[in-house]
Amino acid sequence: MIHTIDLKKQFGSVEAVKGINVTVEKGEVFGLLGPNGAGKTTTIRMLTTLSAPTSGTATVDGHDIRQNSLAVKKAIGVVPQMLNLDIDLTAAENLEYHGRLHRMEQQDRMARTEELLRFVGLWDKRDTNVEHLSGGMRRRLLIARGLMHRPRVVFMDEPTVGLDPQARHMIWGMIEDLKRSGITIMLTTHYIEEADRLCDRVAVMRQGKIIALGAPADLKAVIGKYVLECLGRHDLVRRFLWSREEALEAGKSMGCDVVVRDVTLEDVFIELTGERIEG
Amino acid sequence: MNFYPIFWKDMLLIRRKPWKFLASSMIMPLLYLVTFGWGLGRGMQVAGGTYLDFVLPGLLVMSAMNNSFGPVSTSVNVSKLYTKTIEEVLVSPVGPWSIALGRALTGLVRGLFSALLLLIVGLVSGVHLSLSPLFFLVLVLTSFCFACAAVAAAMIAKSHEDMSNFNSFVIVPMSFLSGTFFTPDKLPEPFQSAVLIYPLTHANIVLRTLAAGGNPSILSLAVLALYTAFFYYLAGITVKRVS
Ligand SMILES: Nc1ncnc2c1ncn2[C@@H]1O[C@H](COP(=O)(O)OP(=O)(O)OP(=O)(O)O)[C@@H](O)[C@H]1O
Ligand SMILES: [Mg+2]
Repeated sequence: MIHTIDLKKQFGSVEAVKGINVTVEKGEVFGLLGPNGAGKTTTIRMLTTLSAPTSGTATVDGHDIRQNSLAVKKAIGVVPQMLNLDIDLTAAENLEYHGRLHRMEQQDRMARTEELLRFVGLWDKRDTNVEHLSGGMRRRLLIARGLMHRPRVVFMDEPTVGLDPQARHMIWGMIEDLKRSGITIMLTTHYIEEADRLCDRVAVMRQGKIIALGAPADLKAVIGKYVLECLGRHDLVRRFLWSREEALEAGKSMGCDVVVRDVTLEDVFIELTGERIEG
Repeated sequence: MNFYPIFWKDMLLIRRKPWKFLASSMIMPLLYLVTFGWGLGRGMQVAGGTYLDFVLPGLLVMSAMNNSFGPVSTSVNVSKLYTKTIEEVLVSPVGPWSIALGRALTGLVRGLFSALLLLIVGLVSGVHLSLSPLFFLVLVLTSFCFACAAVAAAMIAKSHEDMSNFNSFVIVPMSFLSGTFFTPDKLPEPFQSAVLIYPLTHANIVLRTLAAGGNPSILSLAVLALYTAFFYYLAGITVKRVS
């Protein structure tokens, strides 16, 4: 569904994306995970035709992003990192506008608007100006808008950024529903749990490069199953082990109060880079 | 061409706040009318009529320009630099020429609307002018011309400051120098010839002749039409460049 070939983007002397090669299969939820400035948004902007690659290219739904951007635009849905709804229009009007941009018939627009506003839990807010919606509601509306024209591929850039846990879980549930419907999703995040829970495969990005790629379970399996660390001191001595018993046994010789927990993608990132993803 | 959704949204926003729209369309033309028509120009005779008869066509043209250029350039500028709502359009299958046209049509409506309001006020105040289909066509063309220029300028501007500088150094001088308040032949050379570079000068020349019941200069009409085509081209190209 998405296939990038040495995709590169340079801003002056800053190489934001340094030649990435990934292939996303149909129906997959694919994550770009990385800290601030890793190049996630830049990658998404190139794939959604908002920004031309400096070199390399990509195909989305079989269409080249440079040669045939119009076909790409027809196939994709975009949920940007920055909320860019029309705040003077109502929730329903925002969707209607989007439907019109995609030449949807009026009947279809109305039916789809209702379907999506119910899906994201905003049906009773359909006539409320976006100005008066909360941050979480706006995010959900943004997702609904990206789905309005029934795209085959959806790009979501940090779909839960800045939300409280409850609002975040609600969006996760929505993305899981979408996944069951067979749609292909590429999302970016710097939340470990989000990548772990939602993505079939994750590309871990740092400084414009992909430093690891695979299913979350496989990425974690490379380093171990359990982490043993001193209580309240994540940064210090830590060991990766394969069973809880083994871990507890090893903990006796650590000389501090220990915790044993499951390995996360954060541990994978720390092992690879010596840095943390989440700030 | 799928320009209609873009125009539709702008119209929806206008309908949402009709009083604001009405007030912003009327304020400048009315101030000019009061200042130059009644205040400054009372009793003054120009070319056989009152100064108000003379100045109204100029004010109509200026009003058409200001009310298309101002709102369109601000709105495009803000959507590009701050709200990023333009990106919603740029990821949709709507081409740059449609985007430019959709925005420019909004300017046409705004410019024409304010000119018509002013015309009504002028006629009620007893101004004499001769109306014809071409008279209205020139107002349409002027509004559309500067709406296209607004899209292009806003797409080129890298900041809000760029936009306001363009306004101060290009648009405002043009409003004053292009024969709105006096005929350009009152200016000494080389200014008299220099102001012919302004599209607004030609709009003024044509509309004033039409208002007096004369046959308008084909050359000036052609210049205005060419400027309009050029600005539309520029608007499309600058939108295309970012998409
Ligand atoms: N328009 C631009 N001009 C110049 N530099 C840019 C531009 N956009 C991004 N960059 C730079 O490119 C790099 C990657 O930025 P990008 O926004 O892709 O990161 P990100 O992974 O999305 O980060 P975040 O998690 O903060 O959203 C950064 O160093 C950023 O400063
Ligand atoms: Mg980003």
